[in-house]
Amino acid sequence: MTSPATAPILPSKHLLGIDGLSPLHVIALLDLAETYVVQGRALDKKTALLRGRTLINLFFESSTRTQSSFELAGKRLGADVMNMSVKTSSVSKGETLLDTASTLNAMRPDILVVRHQDAGAAELLSRKLDCSVINAGDGAHEHPTQALLDALTIRRHRGSFEGLVVAICGDVLHSRVARSNLRLLSMMGARVRLVAPRTLLPCEADRFGVEIYTDMKQGLAGADIVMMLRLQLERMAGAFVPSTREYFRFYGLDREKLAHAKPGALVMHPGPMNRGVEIASDIADDVQISLISEQVEMGVALRMAILDALARGMS
Amino acid sequence: MITARNGRIAFRNARLLDPATGMDIKGGLLVENGRIADIGPRLFNDAEPRDPEVIDCRGLVLAPGLIDCRVFTGEPGAEHRESLESASAAAAVGGVTSMIVMPNTDPVIDEPSLVDFILRRAQATAKVRVLPCAALTKGMAGETMTEIGLLKEAGAIAFTDGDRSVANARVLRRALAYAATFEALVISHAEDPELVKGASATEGEFATRLGLPAAPALAEAMMVERDIRLVELTGARLHFGQISTRASLDVIAAAKARGLPVTCGVAAHHLTLNELDVGAYYTFRKVSPPLRSEADRAAMAEGVASGVIDVIVSSHEPQGADTKRQPFATAAAGTVGLETLLPAALSLVHDGRATLSHVLKTMTATPARLFGIPGGTLAKGAPADLILLDPDEPIVVDAEKLHSRARNTAFDGRRFFGKVRATFVGGVQVFDAR
Repeated sequence: MTSPATAPILPSKHLLGIDGLSPLHVIALLDLAETYVVQGRALDKKTALLRGRTLINLFFESSTRTQSSFELAGKRLGADVMNMSVKTSSVSKGETLLDTASTLNAMRPDILVVRHQDAGAAELLSRKLDCSVINAGDGAHEHPTQALLDALTIRRHRGSFEGLVVAICGDVLHSRVARSNLRLLSMMGARVRLVAPRTLLPCEADRFGVEIYTDMKQGLAGADIVMMLRLQLERMAGAFVPSTREYFRFYGLDREKLAHAKPGALVMHPGPMNRGVEIASDIADDVQISLISEQVEMGVALRMAILDALARGMS
Repeated sequence: MITARNGRIAFRNARLLDPATGMDIKGGLLVENGRIADIGPRLFNDAEPRDPEVIDCRGLVLAPGLIDCRVFTGEPGAEHRESLESASAAAAVGGVTSMIVMPNTDPVIDEPSLVDFILRRAQATAKVRVLPCAALTKGMAGETMTEIGLLKEAGAIAFTDGDRSVANARVLRRALAYAATFEALVISHAEDPELVKGASATEGEFATRLGLPAAPALAEAMMVERDIRLVELTGARLHFGQISTRASLDVIAAAKARGLPVTCGVAAHHLTLNELDVGAYYTFRKVSPPLRSEADRAAMAEGVASGVIDVIVSSHEPQGADTKRQPFATAAAGTVGLETLLPAALSLVHDGRATLSHVLKTMTATPARLFGIPGGTLAKGAPADLILLDPDEPIVVDAEKLHSRARNTAFDGRRFFGKVRATFVGGVQVFDAR
């Protein structure tokens, strides 16, 4: 937990995805994050580790919790944090992104946190900018900090990942959270299942080494962790699923379906939730089984650990 | 009509024909409490069953009742043309003990409550079993899929936009993938909607001579090909409600050879009539898809004989004088067919193209398997849905004597062989002409 402040924890100056990390990197990050959980619960939550450094939050998609989580993480480590929300015109996305990149580069930030609706946007920026780039979500590709904070939350409750059965349920097709999580959890030795109607399963998802289920009760049977995904509103009205009531009936997490999981199974959700669509309120609010609030707390600690880890490679 | 005392009926001296197993023997069959309790060549030889109603079949064929996979009624919305009750009366006479009804009604059957409505109305009014299909897309508009899971739970047996093709391949792809999630059967109507728009005949010399707006026959096969590609992509089970051309038949044969879960049906009128039968603009022979060339008609008969075509259907589509007494291009398409399904299909037997058992199988055991419904067999324990049939009796179709409310038959005056003498649904006699 108290590795020397100069040893690199991450393999690169960027964090673009789970791809590229090894289990040792993950364990080191989670260990470091534990120290920030303690710090976050102390009266004085602030250190000067990143004093003088500039962190820019560049969000092309609206976000409440990820953006504020990074903002808080940066501030608690003493960095100067700037938030930029960019409305893009769909016509000139690529151009706008590169223009924005060179403008930002001239401001000489140290860390750029970016969320963009297009897969590969963080990768593109990392090649154009001199600073560290953290991917806070690119299209349906990756959202590595979400997967890492989920792993931190799971490890605090289950100790390790080996043999753990994790069912990721819902709109896998459009989900970067699902893609990062299944990469990370599989790498750490968990058995990952994807549970969704076929319209919401990506093509050849089985190539990730996961098990695929279209029946939720079968998919939840014996699961230790049930990870629900958000169903975007625009995908409910007939394009991918016929209606919210049908979706909830077959793929919404309620007591009846959860009863098929292992006794004591824990429920996670990256937020924001659609109550009555993918999850029943009484489950989301049940502190005995729902880790949803804890995921938010772990998010700040984990992001502090990432900022810390990236800062170590900067000197 | 007989009423079964103590729920027992003993059929004696029957030619027992079970297409499910190929059995074709002389013997007897015992019905108890709506189900087939026993069957065999020496049944009743040693001991009479206790106090049954006895029917002496006098060598007539006793076979499972027919399942007609493609029936349109006017209920709800156009009961003046045909209700579930009036259609079921025709079905009973035609030996059809299960009607699979299409969702093309007003309103369209695209809501679980409407599936429930059909089932309740059928329970209250129909003489034969009614199995509702639900729409594949909302309002059959081809844009957004219906609640396939909830509709299936409500009792929808398959999903189809009836006589409409889903033109948008993206919509169909998603609907098929979603249906596959629930292992639901999708029924496709294969006709490119833009190519056939406004057409009332098949493109060719005959249509040219009559000056009718016509569409090329390939409008069907190209949609069959597209749909099969989407089956390959999605893994859904797809049934083509009715095909009518050799090109479609060849495409489906190739898909089956590749092991794809694809099946198809043919309408009795596409087996027995060709485009020349339209004659002098005879609107009762305007059907959708339109009657085809003689080569295509012959291909349909060949397809049934070879087994590439799985089921024969009536495509019973009631129309009134208001919609049929019109110039050909303006008149509505469709023919009634519940009462003529069996004799028309049996023409394959009398032409020497297929055995009686093989032809009956396309209307009994095979549809039962495709739609996952009990029946279609004489096996012990099966529902006592039965017909007593004289397959060789000559008949002349008389539109005036049909039992459906609509009498727009394409077969008026046509001679066939084969007459149903009695029909039983769940051990209850619903038709008697012995």
